[in-house]
Amino acid sequence: MGNFLSALADIFSNESLYRNAMIVAVVLLFAASGELVAEKAGTINISLEAMMLAGAYAAAVGQGRFGVWGGLLMAAAAGLVVSAVQANMSHRLAADQFVVGLVLNVLVLGIVGFLVGSNEPASHVVDRLKVPVLSDIPLVGPALFDQPWVLYLIYPVVPAIWFLLYRTRWGLEVRAIGEDPNASDVSGLSVNKLRRQTIYLTGMLCGVAGGYFLYARSGRFEDSLIGGRGYIAIAAVIFGGWTLKGSVAGCLIFGLVGSFVLTIPSLGYQAIDPAFLAMAPSVVTIAAMTIFAKRVRQPAALARPFIRGLK
Amino acid sequence: MSNLVETPHSDAEPLGERSKMASVSEVVTLYAICLFVALALAAVLVEFASDKGSWTTVYTVILDGAVRKPGRWGLTLGIAAPILLVGLGTIVSGRAGLVNIGQEGQLVIGAGVATYVGTRIGGPGPLALVVMLACGVVGGALWAGIAGALRFWRSVPEVLTTLLMGAIAANLVGWGLRNRFLLLAPPEGRANRNQVSESLATDRRIPRVEIFGNEFPLSIVLGIALAIIVWLVLGRTVVGFRLRMLGRNVRTAHRSGVNEKRYGIGAMLVSGGFAGLAGGVMLAGGDFGDYQLVANFGAGIGFAGLLAALVARQRALLLVFIAFLFAGLRTGSGFLRATGVSARIADVVQGTLVLAMLLPPAILYMRARRRVIAATSART
Repeated sequence: MGNFLSALADIFSNESLYRNAMIVAVVLLFAASGELVAEKAGTINISLEAMMLAGAYAAAVGQGRFGVWGGLLMAAAAGLVVSAVQANMSHRLAADQFVVGLVLNVLVLGIVGFLVGSNEPASHVVDRLKVPVLSDIPLVGPALFDQPWVLYLIYPVVPAIWFLLYRTRWGLEVRAIGEDPNASDVSGLSVNKLRRQTIYLTGMLCGVAGGYFLYARSGRFEDSLIGGRGYIAIAAVIFGGWTLKGSVAGCLIFGLVGSFVLTIPSLGYQAIDPAFLAMAPSVVTIAAMTIFAKRVRQPAALARPFIRGLK
Repeated sequence: MSNLVETPHSDAEPLGERSKMASVSEVVTLYAICLFVALALAAVLVEFASDKGSWTTVYTVILDGAVRKPGRWGLTLGIAAPILLVGLGTIVSGRAGLVNIGQEGQLVIGAGVATYVGTRIGGPGPLALVVMLACGVVGGALWAGIAGALRFWRSVPEVLTTLLMGAIAANLVGWGLRNRFLLLAPPEGRANRNQVSESLATDRRIPRVEIFGNEFPLSIVLGIALAIIVWLVLGRTVVGFRLRMLGRNVRTAHRSGVNEKRYGIGAMLVSGGFAGLAGGVMLAGGDFGDYQLVANFGAGIGFAGLLAALVARQRALLLVFIAFLFAGLRTGSGFLRATGVSARIADVVQGTLVLAMLLPPAILYMRARRRVIAATSART
């Protein structure tokens, strides 16, 4: 028992645990903050995976030609293209949103795999940028403030999403159409237009998420780069009970769990099979949904398409 | 005068009087345009993104690999069988109004359970095969049943649970393949660190037949038989009627005495069972490796089956052809390696095809709604 506790202490006092956790958590955060807005408006957007992958590929192509900022812009644009398909098919033509999202995930994986097979883009990791003073905080300092500089982009994004959702007219309208689309429609809001806008926002954020992850993690594009993290971001939003605070907490926890996979073997412990760590976010989310499903209120019109005149 | 009888319609086009020919030709043109655009998009991708081949060679090579070259359509049939089975399950849950998108996981669990049983139990070969497939069915069914139970007892959306359970299933079977007491083959006769299960004994494999030089397992016959059964049960029986009623309108179903819990969970169990059967059939059929479980055994067949069911618009008999088409894309892309074009183009074609097939029904539906709204607003 004492042995186990000292091992635990050893793992949790390791700085690289938090550093890796933060890198993964931020990619989830970018995606989840977009997904939260979309879900507040009543869409479960499962094409996050496709948007992130498209963004990562665009970022890999863009870095060689336009530098990192250009790459991130291209990533956002690529995410936007994918989201345009999702938004217009599910909220203009009323095709099933899950079906469209699922097909997009498969399709974009195919397209990106095909393009990489034909000519592989050259890209590389961006430099670390150490923020003075703040990065000297023990344990979490390096994780938060001694990272590839693209990671710092998340710091303004999360408050901006909060402001957008809870302090602007647009945010109020978005939350209204997620609760009662018929009433919103009668009061003059264009439900499907607003929903499309939230998906465009999600697409851009996810594109940036993919680009960020490429620059911060591996630097070399592979079609397995995103590897299911889009689904984990959705899980984080649900785990967080459709609140921004909860979603952020979910992303951080799932990021930490993900980084155990790297840290535990590197410290020489062999306690747990990586498969169990890999499935942990899904298990935790299902457990949380089961326990809180009746207490946490999801947006009332979640996953219901809006067609005027139909309840 | 005639003013006594109020004419209900204005000059807005009456709904019933659109000629049938016109609407049929409208549907056909719409589908044709969408199909053409889908194939053209993939062709454009080949032309511009790859310097290895033109789109004509790509499409001819895929066609060669899928059906035209000797022995190929047998292989395509063998691949089509699990796609068809997964799709049939999707139709059952889809008709009941449930969105099961975790077939890949249910399939892998089915294959894992079938492997475990098939390599452990004794007894005569054919009996063992049946028991093994049945256990695969039960495995897949229970895996989907968890999602169904959570949906109806705790109102957890089944879309999310099936999706997440898919990730869990893949990891669980991967873990089983690393442990000797579960699925991993004994160290002799297996390359070191190679994570595979034992091969099935020869008498526990699905028999293969040969017609005109094309060899395929009998599982495709089983698949077609089950397709006919699903079509009959859904379309011609009380159970099927109740299931469809549940999918169309929960409130009506409830008022006419359909037990939502029982039918909903039942549909999920059947859906997962079909996916589990597909996993067992992949294992024992022989077109997916050497009758043994390997890492990433699912190979996207679960997703292909789901997409096939969507394209078939939940019609069991149509699904048979769509499954063959999707299987053909897979086997055809195997021939692409010789041309140097990445085989991933088959995934692209499949994806654009599915998106294109989603468009016409959506467009037609929106048009019909617009006509109704125009008619009602003109009347008032």
